[in-house]
Amino acid sequence: MSSAILTVCRKEVIENSRDRRTLFSTLLFGPLFGPALFAIMINVMISQALSGAEEDITLPIVGQEHAPNLVNFLRRRGVEASADLESLEEATAAVREGEHEIVLVISPEFPANFRAGGDARVTLVFDPSQTRLNLSTRRVRGLLNAYSRQLAFMRLQARGISPLLLRPITIDEFDLSTATGRSVILLGMLTYLLLFATLMGGFHLAIDSTAGERERGSLEPLLTTPVARADLLLGKMAATMCYMMLSLTLTVAGFTVALYFAPLEQMGMSSNFGPLVALKIILILTPFVPLGAALMTLVASFTKSYKEAQTYLGLVLLVPTLPLIIATFLNIRPDLSLMWIPSLSQHLLIIELIKAEPLNLGYLGVSTTSTLLFGALLAWLAIRLYDRERLLRQ
Amino acid sequence: MIRVDTVAKRFGAVEALKDVSFTARNGRITGLLGPNGAGKSTCLRILYTVLAPDSGTATIDGIDVVADPIAARRKLGVLPHNAGLYPHLNARENIAYFGELQGLSRRELEPRVEALLVRLELTEIADRRAKTFSQGERTKVALARALVHEPSHLLLDEPSNGLDVMATRSLRQWLRELKAEGRCIILSSHIMQEVTALCDDIVIIAHGRVVALGTPDELQQRFGQTSLEDIFVQTVAQT
Repeated sequence: MSSAILTVCRKEVIENSRDRRTLFSTLLFGPLFGPALFAIMINVMISQALSGAEEDITLPIVGQEHAPNLVNFLRRRGVEASADLESLEEATAAVREGEHEIVLVISPEFPANFRAGGDARVTLVFDPSQTRLNLSTRRVRGLLNAYSRQLAFMRLQARGISPLLLRPITIDEFDLSTATGRSVILLGMLTYLLLFATLMGGFHLAIDSTAGERERGSLEPLLTTPVARADLLLGKMAATMCYMMLSLTLTVAGFTVALYFAPLEQMGMSSNFGPLVALKIILILTPFVPLGAALMTLVASFTKSYKEAQTYLGLVLLVPTLPLIIATFLNIRPDLSLMWIPSLSQHLLIIELIKAEPLNLGYLGVSTTSTLLFGALLAWLAIRLYDRERLLRQ
Repeated sequence: MIRVDTVAKRFGAVEALKDVSFTARNGRITGLLGPNGAGKSTCLRILYTVLAPDSGTATIDGIDVVADPIAARRKLGVLPHNAGLYPHLNARENIAYFGELQGLSRRELEPRVEALLVRLELTEIADRRAKTFSQGERTKVALARALVHEPSHLLLDEPSNGLDVMATRSLRQWLRELKAEGRCIILSSHIMQEVTALCDDIVIIAHGRVVALGTPDELQQRFGQTSLEDIFVQTVAQT
């Protein structure tokens, strides 16, 4: 390697370490923002899933006097029956105005129908479009079904018939998903945030060393030194990669800490996110670093000013995330034929790792080779662009 | 020695240079004089190899700037139109960076950078970041940067731009010293007095053509006028 590449790389690393914009995007934005967002999201999801499941709920019941046994049944199971509503009309209005999520209405005909062993009816008033997760509705409906079933059993027994007649098929559930597997949907977003943080790490430097240098007028003197333009650009890309690696490492470390504190077990999930997995994730994502650096440098070389470069690069940052979004929607499984696609292959490999599956070295090899080749192609294109005379004209 | 032989360059429909030829000798200061947009910068940019001529040749000590641009650049110290320092590096670092790119080792560099800081009276601002510099300080650091590898040839594009009287005087003094050391110096300017005061040879450029060249005395004899300014106005008006 030419010593000029090292000289350029060292200077860019030092100069940018004194630039607040670089430090913000490398050291703060990716490593803190991603994991923090993630931890908050997990906590919100968990508290939403947990709330309502076991809590006592208040249920206004119209016509309690018509079915005291039913009301007692509900009370014993954590439902606080309130009697502040008096008619179906009042109940409808209360739900419509959002005062109550759900109201149970017991009609005056209920006792007569009940005693006759006939079609005793209750009405549930609710508006599924207004409520959060319809947790109360689901719970009340479940309790009513349970009450109904219990009565049916008792009536059959009273007549000397086995209640099992009512249940010709029993469903046994045999859940194959592991605690780690269940967390995959959530952790699938992780790759997206990691790729984003990696790119953000080099974002400023890629622009600064090409469009920025031209805008400041320092490119022209630089081009008067006896160094090949390819070496200058390679030095700049090397510096971009240094910052990207730093950002990637810090972000993975941030996630390791954030997931350590996230209450995943409460959701029946577990994360195997330890230092070893963190290292493997860095290993998987490292080939993406030169690709990202070359991509950003290439795009920034097209542009005339820092602002223009920022606009284009903002769009370009979305490109590597497209395969991830498609993969998440289509629920794509890892396959050798997909391993040549950069960013998608890294995503699939990381998901496997989080599922605590062993790392498939063949897949890793294809993913690494292909990503590096794509990176080399983009770097070559960037060098071709940098060699043009038009580089200097604004 | 720098030779420019029938060089032409066009940007789209604009003919920036048409058959420009002149020679700049060692131990002399050659001035490219012309109004704004005459093609002075284009000519210098071809010499320091960021632009390639459409036709014609240019050589630095016999090295063709198109055939071997890197070897040609090794012989050159360049002060472009824009000083273009790195705002987050201090004066010392800005100078040393170019020294390293010129292939000097850090051990060779240190005494040279120190000497230049002293010579160009930059010791006070040596450790300050470049973003705080005045125009004069920027030009001086850029000049030091161009001299760090002790080039035998110097190309300066409007070096006194934005300098005050004192700074301009010092600049002229340094250029005379550099000339006395036997270097070949080309500078461009649109200021008559500067060229009269400094240059041994004058190349007057207008509309991309060389309209007159010679020593100040030769030009005066040829045009029979005493003031260089009159010659300039006359030659530019003829084209």
